[in-house]
Amino acid sequence: MIFTRRAVAAILASTLATGAAAQDDGPTRVGFIYVGPVGDGGWTYEHDQGRLAVEEEFGDAVETVYVESVPEGADAQRAIEQMALQGADLIFTTSFGFMDPTVAAAEKFPDVKFEHATGYKTADNLSIYSARFYEGRAVQGHIAGQITESNIVGYIASFPIPEVIRGINAAYLHAQEVNPDVEFKIIWAYTWFDPAKEADAATTLIEQGADVILQHTDSTAPQAAAEAAGNVYTFGQASDMSEYAPMPRVSSIIDNWAPYYIERTQAVIDGTWETSDRWDGIDTGMVGIGEITDAIPAEVKASAEDLRDRIGAGEYHPFTGPINRQDGSVWLEEGETADDETLLSMDFYVEGLTGTIPE
Amino acid sequence: MIALEKRPQPSTIWVYLAPLLAVVLTMIVGGILFAALGKNPISVISAIFYEPLFGEFAFYYRPQLLVKAAPLILIAIGLSFGFRAGVWNIGAEGQYIVGAITGAAVGLALYPAETRLIFPLMVVAGALGGWAWGMIPGLLKVKFGANEILVSLMLVYVAEQLVAAMALGPLRSPEGRGFPGSRNLSQWASSANPELMAGTGVHWGVVAALIAVIFAYITLSRHIFGFQVRLTGQSPRAARFAGVNPGRMVLACMGISGALAGLAGLFEVTGPSGQITIDFNVGYGFTAIIVAFLGRLHPVGILLAGGLMALTYIGGEIAQSNLGLPGAAVQLLQGMLLFFLLAVDVMTNYRLRVGTREVA
Repeated sequence: MIFTRRAVAAILASTLATGAAAQDDGPTRVGFIYVGPVGDGGWTYEHDQGRLAVEEEFGDAVETVYVESVPEGADAQRAIEQMALQGADLIFTTSFGFMDPTVAAAEKFPDVKFEHATGYKTADNLSIYSARFYEGRAVQGHIAGQITESNIVGYIASFPIPEVIRGINAAYLHAQEVNPDVEFKIIWAYTWFDPAKEADAATTLIEQGADVILQHTDSTAPQAAAEAAGNVYTFGQASDMSEYAPMPRVSSIIDNWAPYYIERTQAVIDGTWETSDRWDGIDTGMVGIGEITDAIPAEVKASAEDLRDRIGAGEYHPFTGPINRQDGSVWLEEGETADDETLLSMDFYVEGLTGTIPE
Repeated sequence: MIALEKRPQPSTIWVYLAPLLAVVLTMIVGGILFAALGKNPISVISAIFYEPLFGEFAFYYRPQLLVKAAPLILIAIGLSFGFRAGVWNIGAEGQYIVGAITGAAVGLALYPAETRLIFPLMVVAGALGGWAWGMIPGLLKVKFGANEILVSLMLVYVAEQLVAAMALGPLRSPEGRGFPGSRNLSQWASSANPELMAGTGVHWGVVAALIAVIFAYITLSRHIFGFQVRLTGQSPRAARFAGVNPGRMVLACMGISGALAGLAGLFEVTGPSGQITIDFNVGYGFTAIIVAFLGRLHPVGILLAGGLMALTYIGGEIAQSNLGLPGAAVQLLQGMLLFFLLAVDVMTNYRLRVGTREVA
C-alpha cells in the first residue's frame, strides 16, 4: 500500500518535474476549483472575481484556469490533480468539502502550492485561508436589532457547522445588545445555494412575523421574496447583491478574496510562498461591509459604521464577555475575548437564542 | 413522401448501429454547440474523446476512467435486469446512498479495530442496505400496486436527506472540529478500498463491476432466471403462462438492482470518495440509467457504454480546465447522447419508406 502510493507519487513527480522545467519561462499558472457555477452571484462568484483580479494585476505574467461546479469528493481530487498535471503552480480550492481531496493532491504534487479555503488541514505545500465573517454578522445584528419593529429577526442558515453557528451567535449578541426584546427565528436550509429552498425559507420567516431576514445562503432568492413582501429588510451575502439596494437590501457582507489571491500569487512568483493559516476580517478588507443604504435611520447607519470601524481597527472583538452559553453556563468572563480555537469549533448557541442546533 | 413503417422484426443491424450513430450525432451537434460558444469544436471534441485515452497525460486519465466507470457499470448492470422485465427502478441513486451509509456505519461502529475482515463485512452491509432500500418500492408495488417509478424516485430524496443527517449526526467524525462528514474510510487500513495495482485505478469496485458483467451475461443467456426476465419483458402474458410469478419478478429485479447500487456506493465511500458527506452522491444512479440504455441493456454493451460515459466526464473536465468550456455544456453533451439514442432507436423498429405507399 505504502509502496504503491510512493510509486505513483514518484511517477507523477518525475512527470511534473519535466513539465515544470519546461514551464519556467512561461507565465505562472494559477488554478481555481469552484464548488458552484461562477454565475451563482454569491460565494463562487466572489472567488472568481478574485481570480479576475489576479489576471488584471499580473497581466501576461500569470495565466489562470478554473473548473466550476466541481462535486466534493473523488471528482474534486481528479479536478485538482488534473490542474496540477497540466502545470499549475498554485491552486486554490474554494470549498470546505475539498479538504481531503486537496490534502491528497498536495501529497502527490509536492512542487505545486495549494491553498484550501475554510478548512483546517495544512501541509508543507498546503495553506489554509478563511475570513472572519462573524465580524460582518456583528454589524448586521447591530443594524437588525434596531430596525426591526416586530422584534423578530429571521435567519436562513445553511448547515449546522461552526462557521454558520458563529454567524448566528455574533448577529444575535449584537442585536440583543441594542434591543433586549429581539427574537431570532432560524430555518436550516441544508444547502449553500438553492434559490427555491431559500425563497421558501424567507417566505416562511416573513409569515412568522420576521421583518428582517439574515441569510447564510448564497442566492438572491430571499432578497426577491423580501421585496415581494415589502417592508422587510435583508442583507446581501457573500457578494454585495446591490441590485436589491436600497430596499430590501440595506447592507451586505462581501467576501473580498482579491487581495489575498494577489498576495499569494506574488509569493509564488517571488519564490517566497510558505505554508500559512490566514483568517482575516474587516481589518484587511477580506470581509467587506457593503454600503449601508439610507433606507435605515441615519443614526443607526452611523453607529453601525462606527462598530465596523472599531472591529476593523482591532479595538473591539465581537465576542467579548460577559457571554453565557445557551444553557446558562459561563463562556466568557467580563472583558474576556474568545480565542480562535473555540471560535473555529463553535458548536453551541449563546444565551437567549431559542431552539437547538440540529444534529 | 417519407413515411415510417413498422418492421416485422426489430432490425439487428440497427440494434448495433444506433448507439454508434447516436455518438456521432452527439459529436456533430455538440461541435456546433461548442462553436456557438466560441470554442474550436475540433479541439473540444478531441479534448473530450481523445485526450483521456491517448493524450499527453493519458497515464493519469486511463485509471480515472475506470474509477468513474465502475460505479456506473455496476449500477447499470443491476438496472438492466429490471428494465428488460419492465420493472422501472429509477431510484438507484437512493440505493447507492443507502448502501454507502449502511456499509460505512458498520465499519465505523468497529473503529478503530485493525483487521482486514472489516472490509468484507462492510461490503455485505452495503449490498444489504441497497437491497433493503430497493425492496421498499418493490414490496409496495407487489402488495399495493404502487407505481415503482414514483416510489423509487421519491426515495432518492429521502436518502439524500438521510445522508445529510448522517454526515451531521451519528456518522460525523469526532475529530472533524464540528464540521459535517464522517471519518475518512479510505485512510483507515481496515476499511480502505485501495488501488489494487499502482497507477491502474483498479479498486475492488472495478473488480466487482467486471464480475457483475460476466455474471449478468451468463444469467441472461444461460440461466432460467435470465430467460424469465427476457420473457416477462417481451410478453408478460406468455411469461405468466410459463409459470413466472410477476410479483416475485418485481422483487428479484428491485433486489438485484438495489444490491448492486448499494455495492457501488460502498466501494465509492471506502475508496475514491472516502467519506460520508452531505453531498456524497453525485448522480451515478441517474447516469447509470443512460448507461443501461446506451448499452442496449446488454452486459457487454453496458461495459462499453459505462466507459464512454466516463470518457465524457473526464474529457469534459479537461475541456473545462484547458479550454474554458462551461460545465453545463458538458452536461448538455451527455444529455444529448441519450436523446439521440432514443431518436435513432426508432430505426430499430421502424424503417423509412420513401415514395408513395402502394395501396394494398
